[in-house]
Amino acid sequence: MSSQDGNGTSKAGETGTWQVKSGLAQMLKGGVIMDVVTPEQAKIAQEAGACAVMALERVPADIRSDGGVARMSDPDIITRIIDTVTIPVMAKCRIGHFVESQVLQALGVDYIDESEVLTPADERHHVNKRDFSVPFVCGCRDLGEALRRIGEGAAMIRTKGEAGTGNIVEAVRHMRSVWDGIRKLQAMPEEQLMTEAKELGAPYELVRETRTLGRLPVVNFAAGGVATPADAALMMQLGADGVFVGSGIFKSSDPARMAHAIVQSVTHFEDPQILADVSKGLGEAMRGLELSQIPEEELLAKRGW
Amino acid sequence: MKIGVLALQGDFAEHLAILTQLGADAVAVRLPDDLTGLDGLIIPGGESTTIARLLHRWELIEPIRTHVHNGMAVWGTCAGAILLANDPGDLDREGLQLMDITIERNAFGRQVDSFEADLSVPSFGGKAYHCVFIRAPVISSVGPNADVLAHLDDGTVVAAKQGHMLATVFHPELTGDTRFHHMFLAMAAGNVVPIDIARGARPA
Repeated sequence: MSSQDGNGTSKAGETGTWQVKSGLAQMLKGGVIMDVVTPEQAKIAQEAGACAVMALERVPADIRSDGGVARMSDPDIITRIIDTVTIPVMAKCRIGHFVESQVLQALGVDYIDESEVLTPADERHHVNKRDFSVPFVCGCRDLGEALRRIGEGAAMIRTKGEAGTGNIVEAVRHMRSVWDGIRKLQAMPEEQLMTEAKELGAPYELVRETRTLGRLPVVNFAAGGVATPADAALMMQLGADGVFVGSGIFKSSDPARMAHAIVQSVTHFEDPQILADVSKGLGEAMRGLELSQIPEEELLAKRGW
Repeated sequence: MKIGVLALQGDFAEHLAILTQLGADAVAVRLPDDLTGLDGLIIPGGESTTIARLLHRWELIEPIRTHVHNGMAVWGTCAGAILLANDPGDLDREGLQLMDITIERNAFGRQVDSFEADLSVPSFGGKAYHCVFIRAPVISSVGPNADVLAHLDDGTVVAAKQGHMLATVFHPELTGDTRFHHMFLAMAAGNVVPIDIARGARPA
């Protein structure tokens, strides 16, 4: 996939290649990426062991309750967060808003999340992520959506879940759906792959590659609804490479402790005794939302094409 | 031969896959007991800030030092190299402090400055070693007890060796060229691995 990935050169070597973009996601694996809205929160996240932070103006739970158009964050907030921590800093642009992407790249963010949590800028097209030297992560609900985004140049995928709900049910649905799609490919004779690619709405070559690898061709985190250490470990046991936690940390009663506990739970996701120990005495998790009580038009995961 | 890969955070799965492919008995290390019986330990790429906290939280610092002092080989890639250094730069936790090297973290800039380059590694002979540097540190100085293994064209040191300890600031686990893994397995087996660059012979 090189040669068309926003490549450039520095005095040291070739920059913006597919390898360095997808490689940073590999470095984030086994880690927790936390939403933060201030430099102080970024410091708490880093101190707790986050492997990256997502710099935002509002966490998804507040975006959901505030309503209105949700846009890229104020560059001033992003810059101040970049200046505060040494871990990678991500930021969100609206789906299809390639100028917000350009601005975020110019600010020096380490990853751009083209996110359904913000109000889409284009109802048919996503950003051509190959134009950029900064890597992108995109959301998906199933295998076809994941491979379309990778086809557009996303170097990392996250299952969407339903952001800002503190309810893990959609994250589970989307992660299971991606793996079901992969297992189906692997069980299929090769002559059926083209029709399967057509039905998935996904590039044929990526369908083939996924079948060979037995997993997505890029790192896949879980997102959207993680509120406890057990939620995070659940997503890891379901096959996530790592976890995004949005509102779940700074909407809990003791964010520093919750953040620390979720980091431990992702490292030791297969050890129930450790999970039990780190889950003790965390105070209240964020108050969750029952999915059936969210009006259809307010569901964020449906955004993305 | 039994080789552990520190599996607290980062790209440990990539190292485990290569080690298995090369015929080693590869195991994930998350707790001190996992170090028992290891001939070598790899500290993978990842976030050094995160891994440092987890090393302290799970009380792995002293056990790893002890095992290395007792002969276990150790290799750090990128974040792992930072954690092995006596002076890990601006890392805000104590690292393992095992190697006589000084690190400068994020020495090339932010992610948009991450890059790929061909490296000449004298120990490997002629064929260049293709490397990927991701938000990479550099080895800003090498003390008298360690040897330079490879440097960029401008003289920046990117790999060093000290007895049975190895540090690379790039990611041999990402590029499919297994020569560094072979070298480490030889070190873990107790073989003497030649160093072709004399100590202090860095080009200006």
